[in-house]
Amino acid sequence: MRRLVVLGAGTAGTMVANTLARRLSDEWIITVVEPSDVHHYQPGYLRLPFGAGSLKSLSKSTRQLLHERVGTVRAAVDMVLPDEKVVVTQDAERLAYNVLVIATGVEPRPDQTPGMLDGGEWRRSIHEFFTLDGAVALRAALADFPGGRVVVHIVDMPIKCPVAPLEFAFLADDWFQRRGMRGDVELVYVTPLSDAFTKPIAAQLLGRMLDDRGIALQADFVVERVDCEHKTLVSYDGREVPFDLLVTVPLNMGAEYVARSGLGDDLNLVPVDRNTFLSTTFDDIFAIGDASDIPTSKAGSVAHFSVEVFVDNLLDHIEGRPMTRAFDGHANCFIEAGDAKALLIDFNYETEPLPGRYPLPRLGPFHLLEATRVNHWGKLAFRWIYWHVLLPGRRIPLPSAMSMAGKQTVATREPERSEV
Amino acid sequence: MSVTTIAGRDVHVDAEGFLTSYDEWDEVLGRALAGQIAIELSEEAMRVVAFLRRDFQARGETPTLRRVSTVGGFPTKRLFELFPKKPAKKMAYVAGLPKPRGCV
Repeated sequence: MRRLVVLGAGTAGTMVANTLARRLSDEWIITVVEPSDVHHYQPGYLRLPFGAGSLKSLSKSTRQLLHERVGTVRAAVDMVLPDEKVVVTQDAERLAYNVLVIATGVEPRPDQTPGMLDGGEWRRSIHEFFTLDGAVALRAALADFPGGRVVVHIVDMPIKCPVAPLEFAFLADDWFQRRGMRGDVELVYVTPLSDAFTKPIAAQLLGRMLDDRGIALQADFVVERVDCEHKTLVSYDGREVPFDLLVTVPLNMGAEYVARSGLGDDLNLVPVDRNTFLSTTFDDIFAIGDASDIPTSKAGSVAHFSVEVFVDNLLDHIEGRPMTRAFDGHANCFIEAGDAKALLIDFNYETEPLPGRYPLPRLGPFHLLEATRVNHWGKLAFRWIYWHVLLPGRRIPLPSAMSMAGKQTVATREPERSEV
Repeated sequence: MSVTTIAGRDVHVDAEGFLTSYDEWDEVLGRALAGQIAIELSEEAMRVVAFLRRDFQARGETPTLRRVSTVGGFPTKRLFELFPKKPAKKMAYVAGLPKPRGCV
């Protein structure tokens, strides 16, 4: 028998294990190592602070989401010993592997910014919404917020779902308006990037959306520390941004065992070939989802588009054949804009987000880089697709490679349309 | 991509003036590039630039500000003094490397 061990049963790990359960021959034993029996629908965290969505709809049992053929070890990983081809769990169990798939993602690390976790204001005036506890605590803080200065902040890139803090700012603007207190709230968006977003066309549009909503932008802000006594963010070049309520996205890092095992870079991300996900150092270790260092969004959509390419390649690799499929960095993300509208962006390693329609040219139904209601409903419907189609590893009729069909380039752009 | 003349020689640059060919760089060119963005290239700054070039050669990717600090061992605060306002971009520009990829 040969053994395939998957570390982590998040979005990527679950999809990989379930897809391989259907496609690997019987001589393989598939085992997933995961300490938690709760699988969270992480995109749902965004709307929780604004009182939307029930907690119950956001989680399911990890085990029940896995194919019956997949074995589980409920433990955290202590170490990977790549030379011995063994994983050691924190319960000191040793698991031998022929192929290892690292899918333990990234996690917010408020401890990495001085004053953030240890300054006495964490979960008081400093909040985050990338964990369930954090989103619930922020909901309480927002409900009690008397007015003042709300700062939405990113410590450093890359982060999970890079559009989430922008969405949070747009939704906060909308939420304060609906409560009739927008006039009492100053909204500030603080980012280490030079613009609202990374890629030029999207950055321009999203920057304009911040402007339109009266949200101030502090760009090129690399935070050095949080001064809790004065409730102020301090940057390395001496700029200060005071806050009454700080909604921060802490530094995102890969799991500590990755570092302990000598498999990670400076952020504990596993260096891999960006087209095949094979470790740049070990021929029997892959990293998929947020855990790898590929230069595209850390997002469920990327994990999903990756898995199809990865599984085809893996089936070749284990038989000693060359891997023939190459991942193109395809990502797409809905961006909530407030007022029950959302944008959609679709891009890859080479092509920045462009306006147009998706997935069908002209028909859509989704609109790229444009705030529409149908995009918003698409985002809400996505939760069902996540539980029932993506995680079980069923195919959805969307190509994994990005397509230029339906996108407007400078040459093909149509006159601007008004918002729906 | 276009060709421009810096320090008396032709080099390939992108739309924002970042060198696109690793081997066209040398220290003289680095000083000229620094001059164009009003930076005095001290010995210390040159050590930073040398780290960026070594790291790029090893990994094929312009290192981030965090990486220059954690792996290169240059404190972030000092990098802001040596390359004010936008150190990540300025270091890459002077080192003749692609603009750091704003990770999406």
